[in-house]
Amino acid sequence: MSADGKFGDYGGQYVPEALMPAIEELNDAYERYVLDNEDGFMDDFRARLRDFGGRPTPLQRADRLSERYDREVYLKREDLLHGGAHKLNNALGQVLLAKYMGKERIIAETGAGQHGTATAMACAHLDMPCEIYMGERDINRQRPNVFRMKLNGSEVNPVTVGRGTLKEAISETMRDWATNVEDTHYVIGSVVGPHPFPSMVRDFQSVISEEARTQAREKLGRLPDAVVACAGGGSNTMGAFAEFVDDEETALYAVEAGGSTLEVDEEAGVAPNSASLTTGTEGILHGARTRLLQDRDGQIMESHSVSSGLDYAGVGPELAHLVDTGRVTAVNVDDDEALTAFHRLSQMEGIIPALESAHAFGYLESVAGPDAPDSEEADGLGEYVVVNVSGRGDKDLESAIEETYERDIDIAPNMDEFTGGL
Amino acid sequence: MSLEDAFADGPAFVPYLAAGDPDYESSLKYVEALERGGADVIELGLPFSEPIAEGPTIQNAVVRSLEGGMTPTRFFEFVEDLDVSVPLVCMTYYNLIYRYGDESEAQRASNTSGETVSNGPRPFVEKAAEVGIEGFVVPDLPAEEADPLREACDEFGLDLVFIVAPTTRGERLDRIMEQVSGYVYVQARLGTTGAQSSVSDQTGSSLERLTDYDVPKAVGFGISSGDHAERIVASGADGIIVGSALVDIVAEGHENGDDAETVADRLETLARELKDGAVAGASQRPPHPERT
Ligand SMILES: Cc1ncc(COP(=O)(O)O)c(C=O)c1O
Repeated sequence: MSADGKFGDYGGQYVPEALMPAIEELNDAYERYVLDNEDGFMDDFRARLRDFGGRPTPLQRADRLSERYDREVYLKREDLLHGGAHKLNNALGQVLLAKYMGKERIIAETGAGQHGTATAMACAHLDMPCEIYMGERDINRQRPNVFRMKLNGSEVNPVTVGRGTLKEAISETMRDWATNVEDTHYVIGSVVGPHPFPSMVRDFQSVISEEARTQAREKLGRLPDAVVACAGGGSNTMGAFAEFVDDEETALYAVEAGGSTLEVDEEAGVAPNSASLTTGTEGILHGARTRLLQDRDGQIMESHSVSSGLDYAGVGPELAHLVDTGRVTAVNVDDDEALTAFHRLSQMEGIIPALESAHAFGYLESVAGPDAPDSEEADGLGEYVVVNVSGRGDKDLESAIEETYERDIDIAPNMDEFTGGL
Repeated sequence: MSLEDAFADGPAFVPYLAAGDPDYESSLKYVEALERGGADVIELGLPFSEPIAEGPTIQNAVVRSLEGGMTPTRFFEFVEDLDVSVPLVCMTYYNLIYRYGDESEAQRASNTSGETVSNGPRPFVEKAAEVGIEGFVVPDLPAEEADPLREACDEFGLDLVFIVAPTTRGERLDRIMEQVSGYVYVQARLGTTGAQSSVSDQTGSSLERLTDYDVPKAVGFGISSGDHAERIVASGADGIIVGSALVDIVAEGHENGDDAETVADRLETLARELKDGAVAGASQRPPHPERT
């Protein structure tokens, strides 16, 4: 990364002028507190991740999956982090940073509600007032998380424009920030947005790969051959990859949401997937140049995924760059495969994953499962694979019932008694 | 006429409308009504799907215009079809400028990777110059990222207007003012666009910070009446920019199913009030220092 936050041609700071002074101030704070550990900020952060967050999370051998895929499969258990997803690593880091900066109010967007929940928890923990913007559609599909945010004392503001998902929630949070920029910090939820957000969020999340690398050495006596993580904006992805990027022998797989199909409906402005790394083109959205789902004119398309946390038309600029340079391989898994993987992990390992994380397992199945074609891709995974379980699936139970019923997943339990929901 | 010339004799009235709101034909009439009402420059919005600097009024205008089929290509046709003589400024977000003419058909046919390569802002600026646009305002393009667009504007002789916010100070202000041409857009208050019932008291201090810079200063964000216009010009502005208050008229006409002529008349009336207010404000302050 260069000083102006560019990753190759990606990244940068494409935001309204009103926000630029705040972004400069944030960049200064990032360099001092995060990079230089001024006032012991990073020590404070790490201690809170341990005591409040429950870190380190385990690297666990998945016995039955290892058997099924005929290789050593290890799970990085971010689902066991407080709040149930990797999101707390970033939220706690940013709310703490805002505190050190003397900010008085926190705002955040949320898609699945995991980032909103993590931010609400961090704000309660650090005594900061908090408002969360969430698309109306997501509010309806992630109701338990809406309640969790409110339990922690946050306000949840519904966003009704557009399709009411993550993209609109980010735009609306940026508008709030542009209005209240002097006392407010915007805790962005992934490695997206203007510099320094992509780098800073990666740094807060890289505790995942830092631990995983040490744990792999301890348990396997060597580094893994591959790390697999799902990718929406890409924060669990960059967190799981960051410390392995220089280990050329470890392959890195970012699994995007293939949605219902990779085909795009230009006319309707809809991409029925969220595979911006696989099918996107270069453009500028929400403060950064990156890969986007957009039509030929540059209008942003509505994305789709069964998992609201992956349902976003953009992706982090650094991840896009690592894909372009070939260091990270972008792959995708569709809604059906992800949902099937959700059931499989629940049944075989006793871990109900977030629908987002289920995409990573869907990829394993698609290249190394019993029905997979004997492909080179399976060889690419190697003998030791680490899969990042970015979150647990409790938040998804209602939509899992609905989606499973609609799709007729053959390994699912009999759904008849759940047709009315929980 | 150049943008700077439009500010030369008396305060400039700079109205904004989203092109194609709510449909192509009505929108042509609305923009033409602004000129009849006394517009000196017109800011024409090319709608982008993620208007992060816009409040609800203009967000809704963007939705109407996009649903009415507005695209960058249609926008340029719109500009050609417009019968106005005052200078036009295109207000849009950077991605549309950046993506325009991203590939020739030949390139697209031979490109099997599925990737499209952008040629940057140049094709958009070239086309804009061809249809007679005089300048750009790009709310999500700060001075830091503006070099490629600046270069294309210089090549084709267009102005690049920058927004100065209440939070813009010191070095940042210098950097912006070095790059700006045409006029500087003085954002009257923090937040997003939208009509307000009172004038922000941040305006005076914002203008004060800019007195030493020799470029016309147009104040926008929240102005909705002749009275606002008068006070802002009296406090030192060289022009006023008004968007949401005019868009409100378009929205209301659309909701009530009023015919385009009636809506155009209402726009002309408000435009006249705003322009008159600006002129009245100018008579309340010392004569404009001679510009070199
Ligand atoms: C459990 C979980 N995993 C993954 C994601 C996707 O985000 P990212 O790609 O930034 O990790 C989310 C987003 O809400 C999530 O909740």
